[in-house]
Amino acid sequence: MVELVWLVPALPLIGFVLLLAVGNSLGEPRAGWLATTAAGASFVVTLVVFIGLLGRDSHSGERSYELVLFKWLPAGSLQVDAGFLVDPLSITMALFVTGVGALIHLYSIGYMHGDPKYSKFFLYLNLFLFSMLMLVFGNNLVVTFLGWEGVGACSYFLISFWHQRESAATAGKKAFVTNRVGDWGFMVATFAIWSALGTVTYTEIAQSPAMATATGTAISLLLFVAAAGKSAQLPLSVWLPDAMEGPTPVSAMVHAATMVTSGVYLLVRMNNVLTDDALLIIAVVGAATALFAALCAVAQHDIKKVLAYSTISQLGYMFLAIGSGAYVAAIFHVITHAFFKALLFLGSGSVIHGMGDEQDMRKMGALRLAMPITAATFIVGWLAIAGVPPFAGFWSKDEILLAAWEQHNIGPLLWGVGLVTALLTAYYMSRQVILVFFGKQRWDEEAHPHESSWTMTAPLCVLAGAAAVGGVINLPLVKDWLVLEHFLEPIFNHPHHFSSGTLTKIALAVISVAAGIVGIFFAVMAWLTKRIPNDRLEPEFLENAMYVDATYARVVEGIGTSGFQGTANVDERFVDGAVNGIGKLTLKIGQLIRPAQSGYIRNYAVGVAMGALVIIVLLTWGLLR
Amino acid sequence: MEVTTGWYLVLGALLFVIGGTGLLIRRNPLVMLMCVELMLNGVNLSFVAFSRTLGDVGGQTVVFFVLVVAAAEVVVGLGLVVAILRRQPGTTADDLSALKG
Amino acid sequence: MVDTLVFIVAAVVCLVGALGVVLARNPVHSALMLVMTLFGVAVQFVAQEAHFLAAVQVIVYAGAIVVLFLFVIMLLGVDRAQSLEMSFLPVQRWAALLFASGSLAVVVALILAVGEPVTGLEAMGGALGSTDDVRLLARSLFSDYVYAFELTSLLLVIAVIGAVVLVRKPRETDAVVAEDRGDA
Repeated sequence: MVELVWLVPALPLIGFVLLLAVGNSLGEPRAGWLATTAAGASFVVTLVVFIGLLGRDSHSGERSYELVLFKWLPAGSLQVDAGFLVDPLSITMALFVTGVGALIHLYSIGYMHGDPKYSKFFLYLNLFLFSMLMLVFGNNLVVTFLGWEGVGACSYFLISFWHQRESAATAGKKAFVTNRVGDWGFMVATFAIWSALGTVTYTEIAQSPAMATATGTAISLLLFVAAAGKSAQLPLSVWLPDAMEGPTPVSAMVHAATMVTSGVYLLVRMNNVLTDDALLIIAVVGAATALFAALCAVAQHDIKKVLAYSTISQLGYMFLAIGSGAYVAAIFHVITHAFFKALLFLGSGSVIHGMGDEQDMRKMGALRLAMPITAATFIVGWLAIAGVPPFAGFWSKDEILLAAWEQHNIGPLLWGVGLVTALLTAYYMSRQVILVFFGKQRWDEEAHPHESSWTMTAPLCVLAGAAAVGGVINLPLVKDWLVLEHFLEPIFNHPHHFSSGTLTKIALAVISVAAGIVGIFFAVMAWLTKRIPNDRLEPEFLENAMYVDATYARVVEGIGTSGFQGTANVDERFVDGAVNGIGKLTLKIGQLIRPAQSGYIRNYAVGVAMGALVIIVLLTWGLLR
Repeated sequence: MEVTTGWYLVLGALLFVIGGTGLLIRRNPLVMLMCVELMLNGVNLSFVAFSRTLGDVGGQTVVFFVLVVAAAEVVVGLGLVVAILRRQPGTTADDLSALKG
Repeated sequence: MVDTLVFIVAAVVCLVGALGVVLARNPVHSALMLVMTLFGVAVQFVAQEAHFLAAVQVIVYAGAIVVLFLFVIMLLGVDRAQSLEMSFLPVQRWAALLFASGSLAVVVALILAVGEPVTGLEAMGGALGSTDDVRLLARSLFSDYVYAFELTSLLLVIAVIGAVVLVRKPRETDAVVAEDRGDA
């Protein structure tokens, strides 16, 4: 059954091709159903492959299946196959990518209702799903890079989907350009790995002997640059908040659940080349990003911007986990985050939809009465992300904090940052829930907020279920219940083990839960009961994301503009001069030899005859001599 | 006097040269096409002669393909001639220079 | 002896036909002269035991291609004589002369220099083998050259479609054509 893996990306690709061919004539809603069917079928096939993989013995390395489709680049000692690698890691990623993806496809049928580019939206979604699956299933860095670029391109298309809005077009460009930096890292890392190890195939990289420390660290950092670009880590985080210009299902799927986690996937996949020095840097950057984004999220007014910063913050958590060596915890958080963040985004989309495209939380309030299902599911998502047990977020977050605590250099510091972030997360999410669903009504009666159709609420309910109980895949209570950890074990050369005693673990968990409750309590005091004055809780400094964006803009404007001006001058004087000169020269020569092109076919025949004669004479000459 | 391969080659060369010269001096498009056929026949003759000499049927195979291509060429060429002459009766190759540079 | 006689007669037929094609003023005469040449070449094929090609030569060339030429001539009614005068391409005649004389000179030089077997191989020596040429040709066509063979069928289809498209009476553009005629 594992051999069916090629069908998983093939199905969305078929959907894409069909939509490309007949999407417009299918129209609404059939184009949406076609895409949803493709995504759903892909999920079913993934399940089949997963079951097939489970049927194999977990110890003898049989749970790693490579399917080589064809030789892609057979160039000397560089042999790159187009192939798939099915192992616990890729199948885990693929399961939630296709599962959450299919739900979001279904959701989009209702959300995109009435859009003039309805079928094109689903075409992009299917192409995205295909690229993402190529990224996940690729058996070497080059195939993964193909998917990596594919999801980048789709992300660009989808962010600027409503490109009539200038802000959307700009946001798309910003995301694309920022991602370029990461792609540069990916490419250079691939080159470096090839020259150091002579292979780019994952299975062979995993079996290679350790590299020299300097090389290993350089490669690790380059891979981290790649991951930071795709997963919006500092200092490349600026594109993700702007990416909220895209339709909300896109934010949920591309910019929360799947694409942005591909950086985490890449680092976990390459876990055995990451060196200790690089891991420390990754941990520090991850922790810094988590704190930075959580602070920014505190002061946002746009319902989606809060979630965007929250996504960056949670991605920071994942990198903190990787940096602490707890890859399983990172993947665990990727999965639970996919559930609850997709849920929150889709819930916010439902709110925006119901409010008639209103995104400002200051104009919402008391919406729980108007849209009960959305409110209920959103609250589940809130509890999950705030780290309230037993919801999914608690388990994964707790494991990351434990891993950070045990980090051997600056563990307690990382743990402290993580804890503050957890507190802030609980606070800003509570603020959002209160502003949107509780308190007083702050919208006009004309807004007529209403509950969304079943295609939109059904995914919400499924995701809410997953966000509520998703933690069961890796419960730390009993050793046998660590299903995910045991499942993923074969892909690590050196599995990570927690060394703390049970008492420490429980103490840390209690502290993190307490932090979450403090955050929630504070938010309730400030925004619901108004016991604490809330007029100074949204500083402008944070609302503008600490002016990181503005600083970038200023740097680019200052140094950048003068540099560009100089380049432009050089271009005008020398390059243009040379180009124009060549053009004029060509024109002159053309005028000169133009009469040769007489238009008379017999003149040309003479030319051929004379040429033939010359050749014959020369040949004869050679023959006779 | 025995007939040798050389004789056939010379005959083929002569046919080729006559055809080529005709192509250069005639301006009736139909006759020009016929001259092309002459040239092809000269080449065919050489191919068969070599095939015979070298005991290799490949030469004859090539002749077969030349025949097919010649047939296709004549069909298209005559189609063009008909299309042109229908628009302007009495056109010669020298009246057509629309693609002048 | 018979071989020599056959060769000489057929060669003369070929050359006279070829010159006739080039020099005849009437295209119909040219076409008939072409038939003559083609028959001569067919005889030469037979003399070299390429029986299949000889048959194809007669059937396809003389039977189909030349008939096609004649049909077109009749269709267009261009049976009036045309002078051999050069119109306004003065280089043409000299170029043709140079080509003809140059090529002839090369041929003559080759024969004089190399002497009898021009190829340097034993003349008329190696036979194609005991099997007849049709069998050999078929085996070669359907094994080594089978893709080329299939492609030629495609080529013929394309040629037919092309010819049909080319000579199709233009319907929508009738007015334009009439205008062009008026200008000419």
